[in-house]
Amino acid sequence: MSMLHTVNKSPFERNALDSCIRLAKAGSAILLTEDGVVGAMKNTNYSKTISDAMSNIKFYVLGPDLKARGLSEDNIVDGITVVDYAGFVDLTTEHETVQSWL
Amino acid sequence: MENEGDQVIKKFMYMNRKAPYGTIYALESLEVVLIAAAFDQDVSLVCADDGVYQLMKGQNTDDIGMKNFSPTYSALGDYDIKKIYIEKESLEERGLSLDDLQDLKYEDEDDDWAEKDSIHLVSREELAQVIDEQDVVFSF
Amino acid sequence: MPLEVDGQSYETDEEGYLANLNDWKPELANAMAAADGAELGENHWEVINFLREYYEEYQIAPAVRVLTKAIGKKLGKDKGNSKYLYELFPYGPAKQACKYAGLPKPTGCV
Repeated sequence: MSMLHTVNKSPFERNALDSCIRLAKAGSAILLTEDGVVGAMKNTNYSKTISDAMSNIKFYVLGPDLKARGLSEDNIVDGITVVDYAGFVDLTTEHETVQSWL
Repeated sequence: MENEGDQVIKKFMYMNRKAPYGTIYALESLEVVLIAAAFDQDVSLVCADDGVYQLMKGQNTDDIGMKNFSPTYSALGDYDIKKIYIEKESLEERGLSLDDLQDLKYEDEDDDWAEKDSIHLVSREELAQVIDEQDVVFSF
Repeated sequence: MPLEVDGQSYETDEEGYLANLNDWKPELANAMAAADGAELGENHWEVINFLREYYEEYQIAPAVRVLTKAIGKKLGKDKGNSKYLYELFPYGPAKQACKYAGLPKPTGCV
C-alpha cells in the first residue's frame, strides 16, 4: 500500500506541489484539490512538471473544484484521472496513509 | 492626483493575484471594490498571476457549496469601474487567452450609453507603468 | 425575530432582512411593508421587481447610486432620481426596497 498526497495550493503561487512531487516515493498518488486543480491544466508553464512526474506517480484531480473555477475536464494533462467526492473517499481508503501538503 | 473642484481624485488600484474559492481574497477584493466605488475615485482593477482565474467563464460552484460570485464582475460597469487590466504573460503561463475570460463592458453615459470594453490586455512592462502611476495600490 | 405570514414563520436577521432568499414571495413584501406602516403600490413593485432581477443576474443588491441610474435607464428619467425613490421608500431606497425584495442588505448601502 502506498501513500496518497493531497495538494490544495496552486503551483503558480506556492511550492507545495513542487515539494510534494520531489518527495513523493514512486508508486504513490497525488490528488489536486481546491486551488491546486489549476496545476492539472494542459499547456501551462507547469504541465511538463506533471507529465514528467507521471512515470512514477499517479495523478488525480477533484472534478467539483475544476468546475467551480470554470476549468474543463477536457483540458487537463493527459493521464490525470478526474474524481468526484466519492472518488476522493475511495482514494483515501485505497491508500494506507494520507499526507496533506498545505 | 488631480483636483476636481475642491475634491481630490486619487488613483486607486486593486491588485488581484489569487484564484477564486481556495481563499477568501478574490471575494473580499470584489466587495471592497464595490464599496469603494461609491466614493468617486479613479479606480482600476488588475488580474495578474492566479488572479486571471477570477474572470474565467463558466464557473459553477454547485458542487462545492460556495457562492458563485463570478456574475458580479459584470456589474462593475454599473459601478463606474471601467478599467480592468489583464496581464498577458499571466494568461500565457496558464495556457489561457482572453477568450477564456468574461467579456466585461461598461456603458458610456457621455456617449449615448454606447457599450465599451472594460478589459485591457497589457504586457508585464505596460502593467508596471500603470502601477507606477497609482496613488494607492491594494493587494489581494 | 421571525416574520409571521399566513400562519407560516420565516426566519429574518436582526434588521428584518429575510434569512433565506428562496423563502421570498410577494405576500412577504406586503407583510414587511405593513409592519412599517406602508402599503405597496404599482410604483413600489416596479422597483422591487427590478431589484430581484438585478440580483438574479449579478448576485448582488445594487448600491443606491447604481439603482438610481439603472431605474432611470429602464423606467425613465422621472423615476431615476433619488427624490422619487426616497418618496417611495423613505427609509432609503436600496435598504428598504431590498428588504421587501427579500435580498440581503446592499453592500455599502445608504
